[in-house]
Amino acid sequence: MIGIEPERVQFSWISAGEGERFANIIEKITNEVKKIGPATRLVKGAKQ
Amino acid sequence: MIQNLRMEVKKLLKDKKVDIVLGWEKGSLPLSSTPLFIHEEEDVDRLIFDETCRNNLTTYLTKDKRKLGKTYDKIGIIVKGCDARSIVLYSIEQQIKKENVVIIGVPCNGVLEKKKILRKTENKEILESKIDGKNVHLKGRDFDMIIPLNEVLCDSCLTCRYPDAPVHDIFIGKPRKEVDIKDEYKNVIDFEKKSSEERWEYIKEEYSKCLRCYACRNVCPACYCNECFVDQNDPQWIGKTPEVTDTIIFHLIRNLHVAGRCVDCGACVSACPVDLDLRIMNKKVEKEVKERFDYTAGLDINEKPAMASYCENEKQDFIMG
Repeated sequence: MIGIEPERVQFSWISAGEGERFANIIEKITNEVKKIGPATRLVKGAKQ
Repeated sequence: MIQNLRMEVKKLLKDKKVDIVLGWEKGSLPLSSTPLFIHEEEDVDRLIFDETCRNNLTTYLTKDKRKLGKTYDKIGIIVKGCDARSIVLYSIEQQIKKENVVIIGVPCNGVLEKKKILRKTENKEILESKIDGKNVHLKGRDFDMIIPLNEVLCDSCLTCRYPDAPVHDIFIGKPRKEVDIKDEYKNVIDFEKKSSEERWEYIKEEYSKCLRCYACRNVCPACYCNECFVDQNDPQWIGKTPEVTDTIIFHLIRNLHVAGRCVDCGACVSACPVDLDLRIMNKKVEKEVKERFDYTAGLDINEKPAMASYCENEKQDFIMG
């Protein structure tokens, strides 16, 4: 709503037994966030 | 109507059903009102109710209690629709005992937004004013104006669904009944459609105006915590500078604290000295709560708070696969 990139905030539900699923999801999120680069919004002193 | 209201209040005081009645009297400036605390029958004649009765007096039942000077067993309070919903909230959250409060409902046609009026008069001083059903007549040193009432009412009033107290002990006058409003979330929906960049630009622009005066929190009927998170030093939850990221965080946290509790009385918007668009976030949260939990704050005194109850079939679409 306030304009934080949707890729940056993601929710998921992973059981402690689902190691592989955890790894996959983390990899997916990391890739997506890498694509949009470092945060500039809501960061103090960042050039906006 | 006002005569009936005065009579009823007199009767309540005479029969010792209440120790004090909270209402409004004419303020010292045109188009203003000020809270009136009625202890004696002779004060009742100062009581008014019209479009200038902006203040949500219910805060005197909770956080502003000590301003009354002493604790009262029985308090009578005159309420608009939104004020009554705040009382429902207090009762649900066990801040007051419903039996200690006598709720006197009055039919509300909306209240005036001072900032909109000043924009119309270009900040010129108003010396005389008169309100008739549809228009506001203003007179100043070198101007004379007639403004249609709906151009200077609060935004909240323009999309108010519940102008009458949904819960009351006494109702004076003719209830307006539930108003059918279709586009109360129009601004929110339009805003949601914008791109992430556009939304960020708008939020950044708006919230960079914030002075962190906390007027919005101070007038808010839902903000009655003894110690607010912004005042705490240990731990310090948020940065205290007026830098835009800090102000955004302050407003976002406040939005979430009043989620499912905000009755959209518009007190924060009226109190804001820099005319921030506070309502868009309040309405967004209200809309989410309505869609997800089918809950509207302050209508049913027996309902559990939206944020303190769980139902199995609640939407979970924010959790990804």
